[in-house]
Amino acid sequence: MVRKVLVGVKRVVDYLTKIRVQADGSGVDLKNVKWSMNPFCEIALEEAIQMKEKKLVDEVVAASIGNKSAAETLRSALALGADRAIHVVTPDGDASASPEPLAVAKILRKLVEKEKPGLELVLLGKQAIDDDSNQTAQMLSALLGWSQATFASTVKMEGNTHALVAQEVDGGLETVKISLPCVISVDLRLNSPRYATLPNIMKAKKKPIESISVESLGVDISPRNRVVHVASPPQRKSGIMVESVDQLLDKLRNEAKVI
Amino acid sequence: LRALVLADVEPGTARLTSASLSAVTAARQAIGADGTVAVLACVPAKAGSELKNVPKNLSKCFVAEHALFSHAIPEHRAPLVVQLQETHKFSHVFSPASTFGKALMPRVAALLDVSQVSDIVKVESASCFVRPIYAGNALATVEASDAVKVCTVRATAFEPATASDDLSGVQVENTSHLLESFLGNAAALSTFESEDKVQSARPELGSAKVVVSGGRGFKNGENFKMLEGLADKLGAAVGATRAAVDAGYCSNDMQVGQTGKIIAPELYIGVGLSGAIQHLAGMKDSKYIVAINKDPEAPIFQVADYGLVGDLFEVLPELESKL
Repeated sequence: MVRKVLVGVKRVVDYLTKIRVQADGSGVDLKNVKWSMNPFCEIALEEAIQMKEKKLVDEVVAASIGNKSAAETLRSALALGADRAIHVVTPDGDASASPEPLAVAKILRKLVEKEKPGLELVLLGKQAIDDDSNQTAQMLSALLGWSQATFASTVKMEGNTHALVAQEVDGGLETVKISLPCVISVDLRLNSPRYATLPNIMKAKKKPIESISVESLGVDISPRNRVVHVASPPQRKSGIMVESVDQLLDKLRNEAKVI
Repeated sequence: LRALVLADVEPGTARLTSASLSAVTAARQAIGADGTVAVLACVPAKAGSELKNVPKNLSKCFVAEHALFSHAIPEHRAPLVVQLQETHKFSHVFSPASTFGKALMPRVAALLDVSQVSDIVKVESASCFVRPIYAGNALATVEASDAVKVCTVRATAFEPATASDDLSGVQVENTSHLLESFLGNAAALSTFESEDKVQSARPELGSAKVVVSGGRGFKNGENFKMLEGLADKLGAAVGATRAAVDAGYCSNDMQVGQTGKIIAPELYIGVGLSGAIQHLAGMKDSKYIVAINKDPEAPIFQVADYGLVGDLFEVLPELESKL
């Protein structure tokens, strides 16, 4: 039996892009911005590829949900080392109408069912840097009735039955032993993602991307939460520059009165 | 309208966290004056009577006691919330957006088939909430249409509800009998193995009035400790940028930013850090921001109330000695 790991990769506005809120409050301006793979998804993918290199799994399957441009993100995933890809195609439209985490989790559940047997591990980023929801992995785990680990900073497989996962929690690190099958969401310090090499980018062009329409999976992706308005956050007034430590202390004591 | 708040309880002290009390405040705002708020506290065996820092004017405090609740493993708790929801039909289920709530709440939401609203910073109405997106560079107002509103609450955006250690006026309902139906299976899914938590005499980063924070300018972990002297003089917590954590200067729980802790102290002093977007997302709601950096072009100066251009290795000792 082929041992597989499924990795979700989301296409998001590049993390270095300074986004602009549209003046009419309808959303964020997504025209002419640079798009990249969500940084947390890159880490999830890297972990999966390293697991294959260590012969812990046989096949890395990357999945993305989105309109036709999501195929570019999947091509990047293949260039990095995924063996094949699944593109769940959503209707072309406003990118801000991308499915909510609950719908994404339901779609991923269908893919997990389709890839059985042999699929006992799903690796996802802990959050996407566009909507910052931090929900999908936990929701998928719940829908499947599988165990979950979140904010993983180390993942160690314990034979074929369990994984030890150190989670980055508020007070430090907490390690849980979870049984397989499981869903793990990854955090920043799990690994350092590699760059795609030119030969691998060329090879990736021959790797398969399977397209599935979201309708054919029978998942309702219509939004439950309606975005009424998007605004820029209040801007801080620019402050003043002080010349010395003494002046700084004077300001903090007598003007701000915070020390 | 009836709200249930999933409280985060410190296992050693049975205290509800300050962030949980902020979630109660948000819940009260959502349900209005006629609504009621209940709290669920999952605690280690026989700790139910020791609960501390319990909000006043609760309709009920649900308590579940089990040895497994020494650690906040979502698989062990989500089915209990679902059972309570089936019985009591809450209109709102809230929790703090701490790692406790972030790990647990989506599991609950999926089991209830509800679309969650994460990390709310403002309550507009019973069904309308404001939440930051794109690392806080935009604020989205979201109308939730599901029958149950499931939200996590950003603690710094809501004052903690008034609380007391006196449980005499609180109606406590022990729900431990509900655990039998699922906890055996849940325990097989996941168990606590070990923890590496940082013990500190300083205030907790998320609720400290003063935070001193350092970045890559410190160059190494030994230098980073210079911040501790300043923190002790100010009664402050110590924070760090992602770069400082990644470089190994300090532990991960000190990270402030989009993917770390979100803080809003009275006074934030950023030292030797440039002010990357994702760091600003974690601290720009601080009341006063001080920036100390040798690079006058550092973006942190654009959000600072008071900026001082200087070498931290000279400025910090002087600052500490003059406090």
